[in-house]
Amino acid sequence: MQVPPPIVRIRDVSKAYKRGTQILPVLQNITLDIAEGEFMTLMGPSGSGKSTLLNLIAGIDKADRGTITIGGTDITTLSETELAAWRSTSIGFIFQFYNLIPVLNALENVELPLLLTGLSRKERRQHAEMALQVVNLPDRMDHYPSELSGGQQQRVAIARAFVTDPLMLVADEPTGDLDRVSAKDILDLMCRLNAELGKTIIMVTHDPRAAERAHVIRNLDKGVLDNVSDQAPL
Amino acid sequence: MFLIKLLFRNAFRHKLRTTLTILGISIAILAFGLLRTVVSAWYSGVEASSASRLVTRNAISLVFLLPSSYREKIRQIEGVKTVSWGNWFGGIYINEKNFFPNFAVDPTTYLDLYPEYLLTPEERKAFIHDRKACVVGQLTAEKYGWKLGDTVTLKGTIFPGNWDFVVRGIYRGRDKGTDESQFFFNWEYLNESMKKTAPQRAEQIGFFILGVRNPGQAAEVAEAVDRSFKNSMTETLTETEKAFQMGFVSMTEAIVIAIQLVSFVVIIIIMAVAANTMAMSARERTGEYVVFKTLGFRSPHLAGLIFGESFVITLTGCALGILATFPAAKAFGDAMSTFFPVFYISRKTIYLDLLASMIVAVSAALIPALRVTHIRIAEGLRKVA
Ligand SMILES: Nc1ncnc2c1ncn2[C@@H]1O[C@H](COP(=O)(O)OP(=O)(O)OP(=O)(O)O)[C@@H](O)[C@H]1O
Ligand SMILES: [Mg+2]
Repeated sequence: MQVPPPIVRIRDVSKAYKRGTQILPVLQNITLDIAEGEFMTLMGPSGSGKSTLLNLIAGIDKADRGTITIGGTDITTLSETELAAWRSTSIGFIFQFYNLIPVLNALENVELPLLLTGLSRKERRQHAEMALQVVNLPDRMDHYPSELSGGQQQRVAIARAFVTDPLMLVADEPTGDLDRVSAKDILDLMCRLNAELGKTIIMVTHDPRAAERAHVIRNLDKGVLDNVSDQAPL
Repeated sequence: MFLIKLLFRNAFRHKLRTTLTILGISIAILAFGLLRTVVSAWYSGVEASSASRLVTRNAISLVFLLPSSYREKIRQIEGVKTVSWGNWFGGIYINEKNFFPNFAVDPTTYLDLYPEYLLTPEERKAFIHDRKACVVGQLTAEKYGWKLGDTVTLKGTIFPGNWDFVVRGIYRGRDKGTDESQFFFNWEYLNESMKKTAPQRAEQIGFFILGVRNPGQAAEVAEAVDRSFKNSMTETLTETEKAFQMGFVSMTEAIVIAIQLVSFVVIIIIMAVAANTMAMSARERTGEYVVFKTLGFRSPHLAGLIFGESFVITLTGCALGILATFPAAKAFGDAMSTFFPVFYISRKTIYLDLLASMIVAVSAALIPALRVTHIRIAEGLRKVA
């Protein structure tokens, strides 16, 4: 069987923060491939650099060194403006605290990223409705975030993340703020998106139960990625 | 549509804060509009004055008069088309509180020179032929309930005695800016009386009004008039009606400048209020702006949201303020019609209201918009989470 080229190809990426004269290395020589359709979790102690790595992959932060190629594009060479355009089509971001826009209802929140596409009003609406159906909230379209539970808000946020049909979904502790039942719902949903829609997913989590659901678990410790050979077989 | 909706919802997210800001802006616009209207009412005489009319008076002071023999000399000066003349009468109706300008004028020439005072042909004829006739602007006529044919008695101050006049005409202004408060009567009536009671005061004229053939030559004509009386017993000062009116107004110019200054201070205060509201809103929404950026929206989009919200708030306040200005100006104008016979909101004031609001909107949004441009997403997210 032919192995398809990885959708994410990270080579020798490093990043450090300067605090006065002190240099604080956060990521050191990260090399990582993620195959298309893979569901990968990134684990590690607090402060190990998980969010930083995720942000680099999502194109919302810049590496100091190394290359990050996603779907054939080396995003380390893109300008801010190009990165913004690239993000709008290639990345669906899911946050720990949902980060819905409070003055927009569920449908409008999901419609929001579609404003950057060439879709007509009607098409945007149809896409957003469909996405809300996928996350099983068809009867909450006109609810505002404050009228939804945390789990429901996160489902709306997930709908917002995949409504543009991005190359991959990127989630930073998506269940971190949820109770166990809601967390399981969200994980089920992400597994479905991965299995049924074939979405590549990278998820940062502290929760071993969440990590179990993924194909691949990678560990980050003090900015260094574990050896691939440590990895449990699928 | 989506974005417009978002702008309005953002603007009214903090209902109390936004309502208070809008209230502040509308009161400021109301104050600004009223103050500007007072200023333009003050200058209304200047605005309404014609460039083709000159006023000749005693060079020393308005209170000294000119001999009536000057009339013929002036008429012969090159460029002069019509010469009219009159005296400030300074009469009082019942008591000092009832103030309106009143003059003795030469009926035919005066009406020729002031086509903006509209009379019917019958009224005009009656005014010219009846020695005791007077013509009064409809503002003053309405105020005292005078009708055509009524007898009105003025108490003379400069010219002692009780003077009876018959209202033979009530004029309307041709233009919005025309003064409709004036009262004028036949100069011959005054002159004949003086001949009988105080002969040394007869044949004395307070001012000549000159219609010039060509408004472009008004300055030359004025100079020629004054030159011809140079080194005579009584020298003259001739200026355009505008300059003449300006002379009256400039006596109180300091007050007008103060009013104008206050009107701009009001705008600056409201700028600070609006800027504070926008800065607070933008700061509270930093997290949302970071989310927008993560989704692929760029700084210009966000700046658009902030400017749009600022415009929604400011222009709503402006619209309410303008709406309130009309009844307020009406009430103010009615109460003050003695001082400001011409009191109306000019189009220029409305434009200034709008301009001031736009400046407020832009200046309030500027700093929050710049700040949003500089948010780094990764750092912003760290603060949100
Ligand atoms: N702007 C910054 N300036 C200085 N240090 C920073 C900055 N941003 C992150 N760091 C540091 O980088 C390190 C990695 O941060 P990161 O957020 O990636 O950790 P994490 O693995 O996601 O931790 P957590 O599990 O708590 O979310 C931390 O030590 C953090 O203090
Ligand atoms: Mg983190």
